[in-house]
Amino acid sequence: MKLTKEDVIYVADLARLEFTEEELGLYADQLSAILDYEEKLNELDTTNVVPTAHVLPVNNVLREDVVKPSLDREKALMNAPSQDQGCFSVPNVLE
Amino acid sequence: MEYEIVIGLEIHSELDTKSKIFCGCSTAFGGEENTQTCPVCLGLPGVLPVMNKKVVEYAVKAGIATNCTIARFSKMDRKNYFYPDLPKAYQISQFDLPICEHGTVEINVDGVKKNIGITRIHMEEDAGKLIHAAGGTLADNNRCGVPLIEIVTEPDMRSAAEARALAEKIKTILEYTEVSDCKMQEGSLRFDVNLSVRKPGEPFGTRTEMKNLNSFRALERAVEVESKRQIFEIERGNPIIQQTRKWDDDKGESYALRSKEEAHDYRYFPDPDLVPVVLTEEYIQNIKGSMPILPWVRKVRYMEDYNLSEYDADILVSSRETAEFFEGTVAVCKDAKTAANWLMGDIAATLNEKGQTMADVTFTPAQLGEMIGLINDKTISSSIAKQVLQEMFATGKDPKVIVEEKNLAQMSDTSELKGMVLDVMKANPQSVEDLKNGKEKAIGFLVGQIMRQTKGKANPQMVNELIRELIDQV
Amino acid sequence: MKMTKYRTIHEIKALIEKGETTYEEVMGAYINRIDQVEGTVDSFLQVLKEEALNQAKAADENKDDKTSPLFGIPYGLKDNICMEGVETTCASKILTGFIPPYSATVAEDLKNSGAVVLGKANMDEFAMGSSNENSSIKPTKNPWDPSRVPGGSSGGSAACVAADEVVFALGSDTGGSIRQPASFCGVVGLKPTYGLVSRYGLIAFASSLDQIGPITKDVTDCALVLNQIAGHDEKDSTSVDREKEDYTSYLQKDIKGMKIGIVEEYFGEGLQPDVRKRLEEAVEVYKSLGAQLVDVKLPTSDYALSAYYIISSAEASSNLARYDGIRYGFRAEGFDDLLDLYKKTRSQGFGEEVKRRIMLGTYALSSGYYDAYYKKALQVRTLIKEDFDKALSQCDVILSPTCPTTAFKLGEKSSDPLEMYLSDIYTVPVNIAGIPAISIPCGLDEQGLPVGMQLIGRDFGEKDILKAAYAFEQATKHHLNRPTLQEAR
Repeated sequence: MKLTKEDVIYVADLARLEFTEEELGLYADQLSAILDYEEKLNELDTTNVVPTAHVLPVNNVLREDVVKPSLDREKALMNAPSQDQGCFSVPNVLE
Repeated sequence: MEYEIVIGLEIHSELDTKSKIFCGCSTAFGGEENTQTCPVCLGLPGVLPVMNKKVVEYAVKAGIATNCTIARFSKMDRKNYFYPDLPKAYQISQFDLPICEHGTVEINVDGVKKNIGITRIHMEEDAGKLIHAAGGTLADNNRCGVPLIEIVTEPDMRSAAEARALAEKIKTILEYTEVSDCKMQEGSLRFDVNLSVRKPGEPFGTRTEMKNLNSFRALERAVEVESKRQIFEIERGNPIIQQTRKWDDDKGESYALRSKEEAHDYRYFPDPDLVPVVLTEEYIQNIKGSMPILPWVRKVRYMEDYNLSEYDADILVSSRETAEFFEGTVAVCKDAKTAANWLMGDIAATLNEKGQTMADVTFTPAQLGEMIGLINDKTISSSIAKQVLQEMFATGKDPKVIVEEKNLAQMSDTSELKGMVLDVMKANPQSVEDLKNGKEKAIGFLVGQIMRQTKGKANPQMVNELIRELIDQV
Repeated sequence: MKMTKYRTIHEIKALIEKGETTYEEVMGAYINRIDQVEGTVDSFLQVLKEEALNQAKAADENKDDKTSPLFGIPYGLKDNICMEGVETTCASKILTGFIPPYSATVAEDLKNSGAVVLGKANMDEFAMGSSNENSSIKPTKNPWDPSRVPGGSSGGSAACVAADEVVFALGSDTGGSIRQPASFCGVVGLKPTYGLVSRYGLIAFASSLDQIGPITKDVTDCALVLNQIAGHDEKDSTSVDREKEDYTSYLQKDIKGMKIGIVEEYFGEGLQPDVRKRLEEAVEVYKSLGAQLVDVKLPTSDYALSAYYIISSAEASSNLARYDGIRYGFRAEGFDDLLDLYKKTRSQGFGEEVKRRIMLGTYALSSGYYDAYYKKALQVRTLIKEDFDKALSQCDVILSPTCPTTAFKLGEKSSDPLEMYLSDIYTVPVNIAGIPAISIPCGLDEQGLPVGMQLIGRDFGEKDILKAAYAFEQATKHHLNRPTLQEAR
């Protein structure tokens, strides 16, 4: 699987990352190498094999609908790089 | 050549739970910004979600009420995208195994009944609220993690009226089953409209989506305006572009949203932090057994047992509170027709005036039944009853007590009335003359005079009889 | 008494009970030791001397006969485990200054037992790495040879125990991140069964693989710490609700008749010759103890690494999306708009390896590739799990190397990610299957570096691997080999 720089840019956009021209080349090469390695998986026949998302057969873990105390607003916001009027502040979101 | 409008709805409804879907924070509406958050709903590093039991129960209820098949196995998935109202940068939702599928809901537009398919109902979490301020955008995370169900319909509706009927029906169902309070002004019920137009017999056209309409009127207008716009474009030979549009309710028009920097690729995958929801037949049957009587079942009963018209029955069952109030009233006064008239008349008008709903009524169904009893046994007249009712609204007191305190009982004492009638006739000789000459209208005037003097407490029928009896003495 | 000797939890407890030392004295000795060697080893991102000393003084005043064995014991907490009020960064720039307003369940459990956090341990950024060279702050060095890596990602946790800067540490293991550094540093490291120990408060790398576990100086201490951190937590949906066990009750020298599984392919190509030698000697030790050796097959474990890099990177790409410069941690400067803020913050805040895995994971989940990569990897996981289930029905534990090599030189593998990934070839299949495994010291290689042996058990078979590990440890005393760490200049 050979990834082009364009492929890398597309994936980087999805992941909200950006790379220099040089990095793009490096990531394209390294990711291609890893994906080549991943080709191994195709040696195994997985027809009709159920995918395992959870290794343990646990179901129905449910909590009662009970209100618990929330954090003080001060604590909720204490790590925010930018806050304003009791809210997290971000650059203008235009629709 | 007529065009056909093709409409499918996606309905988001906030579930009426006390706590959020994955944490214990309160779902109460209108709290101070960011005071109903915790590490879990803030998406702090290291936190894990735990599913609220009630969310599953409510989703199943909604599924049963819309005739869906309830999934015996369903799971939660992550929908990945970046937005400042989404702290984890993914929304926990359901992708390929929703909890309910393949339902149907009957609508009725001008007497024409039609079944609308329900594609699926799934559970998910709400996002936060963005407040657009001068210096930037502010994020309030109180709504993050409020539980939602999303109900997706088949593209089965063909008019604004049908879309509205479906939306109203869903609202009724959710209120009845107490799955959601459906307070539209609080965003508890929101509609996304998928719409396309075509000439009959042609395949579906390209559709647009209008998001987050939060009133029935907006929904209807959006459908009307958008379908006209599409037909206009097609007539001019312009292709319809598949896009998301925003409805501006003040302007009564929609506009295309700026296309995102990228096509959406949500990269759904099973959420490894949550385990599957596996429901037994017994669980599903238990919920079925605990469900309230649904409105259309009630309606048939009202028409059959109480001889109400379809119109009256429809109005009474449109909200669960009204229906239950009605039934409580009839249990006491055994007079369904009068009970219905009061509920749909004075009571509805008073609530309208006050901007309230049945839930805000301070007196009990039994008290209303008692009041109707007082009318039926001639203790009070219907017009006096109007006063009594207002007093009940104001104080919540028993109607008997009100009648006594305010001395509102009907005057049926003929000796007392006789004197009054004679005095009034003496004071209005012209009317008496007219009446003698066969001008029947004049009697109305005379009765009115008496009623005014007695502040409405005289029995008008008795006054009428007395005038005819005493007319020759004047 | 002067604490110059390398002590375990149970030894310190005995000394305290005899009245030969105090908690304050113990803590003082460890703080002293940190002052001496930390400059060489760089185990910690933060040392909490003052708070730890205060807690040790309080421990002397509050002790009674009912205290837990961990009471007053200084330990190291991997910096991806949240501790209320103490900066927690995962050794990443993107979490600079993040102070959790809550504590992880394991940190609460240990606090309740009276154990004292003496430092937040260094690690590979977001636990992605096998050498600790991916820490955005500094690389940790191997106490046996500071020119070598301590392994990763719990390199700081393993190094601080091996260097005797604390009595024990907690690490996390997603693909070998406890066992591989334990092996490189000559200490004991256990990755419990998935779901045995709560993940609440462990900053996620790959949610379906991550598990917190102890890194200790011997197997007894491992059982003591596991007793404290194992158990059901209602804050973690994947935590299993089962009967509590006393893991120390399984520590017996007699293992006659125990079935030890051997996987022939695990001793093949790519294994450092003197590592193979130590492992073969270990097999002989088990024979002499009366254990029964069984040949077992794990045909699909060869594919575990491929499945692992897809599954772990996919989950990580989603788990690490929340670091966006809005609610906590680092925010880039000089951005044009929201999109630019996201991109600059994430590109400057994450290190190279983390970005590589986010990219791989995003790609594997993206439209059109999901089935070929992610779904395929989950199907392969099913086959791997079935293989282990079958093999472990024929034996009690499986014996294997922990790593193909002993500790390598700093910088030796950092240029080729794939080469580095291969370091986890024996440990990764265990995470994929969710089963427990321990790495214990099994001698030294020709250069005097520790070799680790891995024992793999069934689901919740901690008792079997602790039993087999304890018998081996008592028979060989390999765990008493210590690094001769020079004091820092």
